[in-house]
Amino acid sequence: MIRYTFARLTSLIISLIVASLVIFSVIEVIPGDPASFMLGINAREDTLAALRSEMGLDQPLALRYFDWVIGMLQGDFGNSWTYKTPVSELIADRIWVSLPLAIYALILSTLIAFPAGILAASRRGGVSDVTIMGATQMGVAIPNFWFAMIMVLIFAINLRWFSAGGFPGWSDPIQGLKSLTLPAISLALPQAAILARIMRSSLLDMLSEDFIRTARAKGLTRRQALWRHAVRNALIPVITIIGLQFSFLLAGGIIIEQIFFLPGLGRLIFQAISARDLIVVESVVMLLVFTVIIVNFAVDITYAIVDPRLRRKS
Amino acid sequence: MSRGLIIGAFLTLIFALLACVSLLWIPYDIETFQIPNKLKTPNWDNWLGTDHFGRDILSMVMMGARTSIAVALLAVGIGMVIGVPLGLFSAARRGSFLDEFIMRGNDLIFAFPSLVIAILITAVFGPSAVNAIVAIGIFNIPVFARLTRAAALPLWERDFVLSARVCGKSETRISVEHIFPNIMNLMIVQGTIQFSLGILAEASLSYIGLGAQPPTASWGRMLADAQTLVSIAPHVALVPGFAILLMVLGLNLMGDGLRDLFDPRIKNDRT
Repeated sequence: MIRYTFARLTSLIISLIVASLVIFSVIEVIPGDPASFMLGINAREDTLAALRSEMGLDQPLALRYFDWVIGMLQGDFGNSWTYKTPVSELIADRIWVSLPLAIYALILSTLIAFPAGILAASRRGGVSDVTIMGATQMGVAIPNFWFAMIMVLIFAINLRWFSAGGFPGWSDPIQGLKSLTLPAISLALPQAAILARIMRSSLLDMLSEDFIRTARAKGLTRRQALWRHAVRNALIPVITIIGLQFSFLLAGGIIIEQIFFLPGLGRLIFQAISARDLIVVESVVMLLVFTVIIVNFAVDITYAIVDPRLRRKS
Repeated sequence: MSRGLIIGAFLTLIFALLACVSLLWIPYDIETFQIPNKLKTPNWDNWLGTDHFGRDILSMVMMGARTSIAVALLAVGIGMVIGVPLGLFSAARRGSFLDEFIMRGNDLIFAFPSLVIAILITAVFGPSAVNAIVAIGIFNIPVFARLTRAAALPLWERDFVLSARVCGKSETRISVEHIFPNIMNLMIVQGTIQFSLGILAEASLSYIGLGAQPPTASWGRMLADAQTLVSIAPHVALVPGFAILLMVLGLNLMGDGLRDLFDPRIKNDRT
């Protein structure tokens, strides 16, 4: 286990280094230099020079990279050129929308997928199985931003159950949660479809295992064998997928936040892109990549704890 | 052939046909605005209605099909052309330093949130169809490289490869002449699935304005334009959405069906 953790930790660190190098160099290879990109072609020479020195563009490339990385490690993401405030403050404000949204969607996706997958597997070939599998095919094929628009049309414009967008803040948690509900459902739907399919096939694999036959031979009913033995074992691969989905939900939130006018990290990125505020773009992208890589690492470790076979193999 | 494969192939064919026809002819010119005709619901003149500029939606959907298919197909092409040789090479030199290097590199790309990187690429290099193709294509490379390697590894242990070696064929020749033909079916199936993911990715990117730019029509862009009109003219938002849904659904059904067709051992109902 220690060797496995160590190996995963090494690859985690390499991933983070390569990720930061990639993001740093994408910004660097911009035609011209970042300062002229940010200010546009009509910028005055002295404004350009001021921005260049503020961004440290007069420094050597390697030094700038290390400054950026070390700064981030200390929680200093630089100052936004358009907002004139530290990027870390901008992120801290917006993470309270993006993170709850991703978690909310993850919970919804699990709540939909588990019963659907278990029902489909236990009624294999039956009407409920065919219906659920058909629904998951649709769920995988629907673009979630379109699904979001349709939900706004039905539940916000016609039925007026929810607001069509915006976020009132967390001072009233119920209202806050309510305004995240439609976005969370639209984020969760495709993921729930994928998860239900995986839950079903994992459970079917388990149901054909010998230990289920043994359990049945010992006198357990089909239902008892399913719940006591099959579901628990089938959860192992499903948990991995749930972990991986978290990163999808966090990144997918970028688009959904646009549709519902939620002041999260996604909107921050888009505003920064249209304002050509590269410092914000660079830092927020790095933060998202960092989160995804860390979550993947945590999933790998959890997987090894739950399934000892994996440890021995590597 | 399964029912899914037939339905899937039929749906895919319809959109492919629409895209092909749009190269020669579309019902109405979509580059000129006809404001008096705006937001018409489906009727005899405009089968799918018109949008807020009075453009014929059927014509837009046909042009959008062309954009979507071109972008997704080229992105799958990038993934295959780079990924498959990498995977073949890794399998031929299994266990070597280069094999390890290629596979760890793939893991790295895999760990990146693709949408975020696609946004970064298009934000920096400017939104265009070409940059969307590159951004989607990059993330197809590890998919094909991993699959190729995994499928090629067991083949290297087989007798027909051994006899090819006895004939004095090089690793490259064996990979091209013996390994590749045996994994081609698998690549077609995966290609279909990546194609459908590419359609969705293109739609997402052009929806947020980072894909094909006007006047090039794209389904994602049509949805973005329709967003503010959804309450007064729902058909403007419904049509492109259904186009994406049906195209992706068709490709997925076709992918599943082809997998069963090529490999009867794996039953569709297990996945």
